[in-house]
Amino acid sequence: MKRKLPLIITFIIGSIVIISEFIPHRPFGTISGNLEEWFLIISGFAIILGQLSLFKVNFLKIKFKQTNWPYYVVTLVSFVVMVSFGVFWGTESSAGIFGHGYSIIATIGDKPFDYLFYNVYQHLSATMFSLLAFFIASAAYRSFIARTVESNLLLIAAVLVMLGNTSMGSALTGWLPPSLDFLHLPRVSEFIMKYPNTAGQRAIMIGAGLGLIGSSLRIILGIERSYLGGK
Amino acid sequence: MAGNVNSQQIDRRWIFLLIFICVALPLIFVIGLPIETTENVRMVNDLVENTPPGSKVILSFDYDPGSKPELHPMATTMMKHCLEKNIKIIVTALWPMGVQMAEEIHEILKVEYPEMEYGVDYVNLGFKAGGMVTIQAMGKNFRTIFPTDIDGTSIDELPIMKGVKNFDNIAFVCSFSAGDPGIKQWVQITHDTFGKPVTGGVTGVSAPAILPYVNEQQQLTGLMAGLKAAAEYEYLVKKPGLATSGMDAQSIAHLLIIIFIVIGNINYWKNKKKLAKGGE
Amino acid sequence: MLHFFEVLGVWLAALFTFGIYSFLYKDNPFYKVSEQIFVGLSAGYWFIYTIYFILIPNLFLPLSENFGANWIKLIPAILGIMMLLRLIPSIDWISRYPVSFVIGTTAGVFFLRYLKSDVINQITATMINPFNGGDWVVVLGQILLVVGTITGVIYFYFSKKHEGAFGVTAKIGIYFLMVSFGAAFGYTAMARISLLIGRLQFLLGDWLGVITP
Repeated sequence: MKRKLPLIITFIIGSIVIISEFIPHRPFGTISGNLEEWFLIISGFAIILGQLSLFKVNFLKIKFKQTNWPYYVVTLVSFVVMVSFGVFWGTESSAGIFGHGYSIIATIGDKPFDYLFYNVYQHLSATMFSLLAFFIASAAYRSFIARTVESNLLLIAAVLVMLGNTSMGSALTGWLPPSLDFLHLPRVSEFIMKYPNTAGQRAIMIGAGLGLIGSSLRIILGIERSYLGGK
Repeated sequence: MAGNVNSQQIDRRWIFLLIFICVALPLIFVIGLPIETTENVRMVNDLVENTPPGSKVILSFDYDPGSKPELHPMATTMMKHCLEKNIKIIVTALWPMGVQMAEEIHEILKVEYPEMEYGVDYVNLGFKAGGMVTIQAMGKNFRTIFPTDIDGTSIDELPIMKGVKNFDNIAFVCSFSAGDPGIKQWVQITHDTFGKPVTGGVTGVSAPAILPYVNEQQQLTGLMAGLKAAAEYEYLVKKPGLATSGMDAQSIAHLLIIIFIVIGNINYWKNKKKLAKGGE
Repeated sequence: MLHFFEVLGVWLAALFTFGIYSFLYKDNPFYKVSEQIFVGLSAGYWFIYTIYFILIPNLFLPLSENFGANWIKLIPAILGIMMLLRLIPSIDWISRYPVSFVIGTTAGVFFLRYLKSDVINQITATMINPFNGGDWVVVLGQILLVVGTITGVIYFYFSKKHEGAFGVTAKIGIYFLMVSFGAAFGYTAMARISLLIGRLQFLLGDWLGVITP
């Protein structure tokens, strides 16, 4: 019951989705359409589960006073504040339980939820990812060493693509005559991306695709059961 | 280890400082290096140019502020391009923050295009989870997935959505994608299942893996990859913006990274020689 | 007052930008606080948007406005609630039913779509006449495309030992993969620098007013 029924559900649903591709008529087409619609709703609950789980994990860390626990208080407070603002006055387009909060909008220019999004969250997110610019530069100096044929190929491709993807690349080889246009850096970069890069990525894509198809079949047939967790 | 050899020689914070300065200075003192267009971006431009006025297109905002500097400029230009060609824009988002990214552009364009009417020329249908499965359901019946727009208005009441039942009534889909779900899912469903043209813009990180879709099958009709492509697109539609102004800084930073690679390699080989001599 | 909050917003944004960048010097409480605020706000945002954009329009509104026509939506609603029971350890096994639903649908859809888009269509796109292209650059490129794809796929075949002719072919495949990874590094560097440009456009433009945004 606890393990067999979920396996049967997976088998039936997976099979219906596949069959409906080849027999799109009733009943398969209709059932498949309903399943897709339900998927969206269940995905919504899955997202809610994720956020509640984050809340629970942080709450427990604070409760048991784990290392750095005061920082988790900050996480929980931020979460509660954002959710409260959203529930009370809604988002840019949706009303909350207290309506749209026009008086607040008149004071601070936005709804509180959007104010936090535009002035805090948006910048935190963008800055967090931009940190990688510094680390990639440092990595280029420390680890990007030509030692073998493979690393040479990797390095040369990287340098040519980097040069070709800037205005500097156009300026550096812009003087070349039309007969040598294939040596123009943006052309070289385009060539690498269009042919050898596509070949390599396509090989990965086909390999990963075959792997995914195999995994999907194993899941539908009940051979792969790790997603059920537990014993 | 090579990494150890080089890391002993310089505190990496100096590298950080150099990168910071090399990006900041060209933003203040503009050089104005030329911009050259590539085939993939021209294909995107041509797709919009060849779309008949009055057609309806889906622009999917599948990114968040973390990728905004790369994708926002191309999304802005695409929206301007569509409005100039009188193409009706239906906005969707597979990422929740995409909704606000689109609204931010909409607010700016309201000033630039005062004749643009919400519900007639533009609509934002909001965020839906579920990635590929949701797109597949959308392709069969739009209304089951998007019963309302972001304001809660039923899509049956919106003039722009009149006659839009599924992908048959859409000219093309353009996804601005920072990862998964995103452009890959749009290709797999919208083009490969429903046969509609798909184009879009991606972050530089995901570009190499998406490029195989630009092929003779036209799984993707062109692709804009990163800030450089955004600048090319701005150049093609003659609307220079944030991408164009960032290209000088991009060029200088790339050059600096290449210099780092060269210095790193010289140091490595020098140290290797020293070690070899010491061992003799 | 409105102006005050506008200015405050820009300063808050600058403050948190430096909060995150302070990590470049070394890990510190200012960074940690900024990081945790980022996590908390992000989770809150997802929570609210899921309710307003999925659960209300696709579930609660149809059920409340026209229950007779939409009662079938009770099934995903119940499955969704069962999913939330994952949070209660003693009855978390109940969540296996909605999980099996999600996994079954995903597996079915993935099976079909990846087979067509990432396998069949990619093979078709590779099965071209490389000499049918015009100038020699295109012909060379197309030869590389065909050879690179085939040898790359051979490299991923691990059921046979990579030796002899098979090993040489796999080695050529590795070379193509290396060029591809190099190109990916180039694009990644470009992407990361773009993000830094975005930040500096904010700091120098919106915050300091040194440049026109």
